[in-house]
Amino acid sequence: MSDCLVSLEAVHFAYDPLRPVLAGCDLRIAPGERVGLVGPNGSGKTTLLALVVGLVRPGSGRVEVFGKVRATETDFQEVRGRAGLLFQDPDDQLFCPTVAEDVAFGPLNFGVPREEVRQIVARSLESLGLGGYEDRVTYKLSGGEKRLVSLATVLAMQPELLLLDEPTSGLDDEAEGRVIEVLAGLPQAMLIVSHHRPLLRRLATRVVRLAGGRIEPLDGQL
Amino acid sequence: MFDHAPHAPPHRHPSPLDRLDPRGRIVAAVVFSIVVAVAQRFPTLVVALVAAAAAALLARVSWRAVLRRLLPLNAFMVLVLVLVPLEVEGLPLATLGPLEFSREGLAVAARIALKANAIILAMAVLMGTMDVTTLGHALHHLYLPEKLIHLLLFTVRYVDVLRREYGRLRAAMKVRGFRPRISRHTYRSFGYLVGMLLVRSVDRSERIEAAMKCRGFRGRFFLLDHFAFTRRDVPFAVASLAVLVLLALAEWVH
Repeated sequence: MSDCLVSLEAVHFAYDPLRPVLAGCDLRIAPGERVGLVGPNGSGKTTLLALVVGLVRPGSGRVEVFGKVRATETDFQEVRGRAGLLFQDPDDQLFCPTVAEDVAFGPLNFGVPREEVRQIVARSLESLGLGGYEDRVTYKLSGGEKRLVSLATVLAMQPELLLLDEPTSGLDDEAEGRVIEVLAGLPQAMLIVSHHRPLLRRLATRVVRLAGGRIEPLDGQL
Repeated sequence: MFDHAPHAPPHRHPSPLDRLDPRGRIVAAVVFSIVVAVAQRFPTLVVALVAAAAAALLARVSWRAVLRRLLPLNAFMVLVLVLVPLEVEGLPLATLGPLEFSREGLAVAARIALKANAIILAMAVLMGTMDVTTLGHALHHLYLPEKLIHLLLFTVRYVDVLRREYGRLRAAMKVRGFRPRISRHTYRSFGYLVGMLLVRSVDRSERIEAAMKCRGFRGRFFLLDHFAFTRRDVPFAVASLAVLVLLALAEWVH
């Protein structure tokens, strides 16, 4: 299935051998799909996202991303350049003092020339309605602004796949609506961890559920 | 403990200094401090203090901000002015019972006070008005070790996150009726609080590292901003150099 963006096969993972998190997890994401991922707290949704970009490695099973089996750090470095992971807590993601520097961080790491980076920064912020935020101090932004700036830092890397971890948690109605609309306008395939039904209804092309370490389809009852 | 944002510059209006190359300001402040620290003659020190005050005027630094820095220093200096003349032997200036204030001692103390004020004033004007981010980047361009600069910048970024974390834990203790007393329960609870802060900080640092790795971080930082030494910096450089030469002349060629 090398035409899939992501293909997990029989993936097992455990932080503590007595309590496995993933036990034979299978998941495929085809180009253009927006897959919603639900599941109880602590069921391993965040871990699954981390597996896709190689922040944790499976105990056994196959992780295939962008048509290749990925196993080593070098494999995943390439994956991280093409898959954008939005963290649940923007304070984990935004670590530079100013917005522009944070958005520039990814492209600079991949050796994009400075002049081009400036354009990318401006474009990424503009596309999210954050024009003029360049010199704002990241930790003084509101929760909604932080979330959108985090998204801008991810989009600045021009990813082919977005992995979103609770993109609307902790936001008020207005900020939430704005984030959902922004996401709906993006062309990328997505894997969206969320419990927020309106978000899943608006965005997801299908929804799966992670429970007992396995993925099962969830049809119709959102 | 953390009453105000650590990076907040102590003045509000943009000053002519803000347009200068920060590297020039740092170098000027450091060289000035070294010269003043080794100088011994009163004329030199008075010139230094006047120069620093002039810089403060030109930079339009708010006097309240400057005083906030100078007041604690001078509270300490009062102590020096009283105690050092007692310690240093020399011509007696005054006696108070068995205590003898010496002329030489007073001179030493006055020198210390002048030096300290000149240096702190110059630092407050030249470096204290810079936000910490700029300071970090400028230090990077002055070839300071990267690790130190990362420590500085990460501290600035996360001290507020930690403060909020501390505030939340502290509030959670308060709403359950915790009031610090001199008791084992208090010590243990504060121990847990500090321990929990440490654990959470380690967790957070791991998540931050993961987030950085996701964006291609491999141990090296690339800075977006580059400073340029422009024509605007020339008058400042010339003035700084003139002050330093004046100080050197006053000190060594009199």
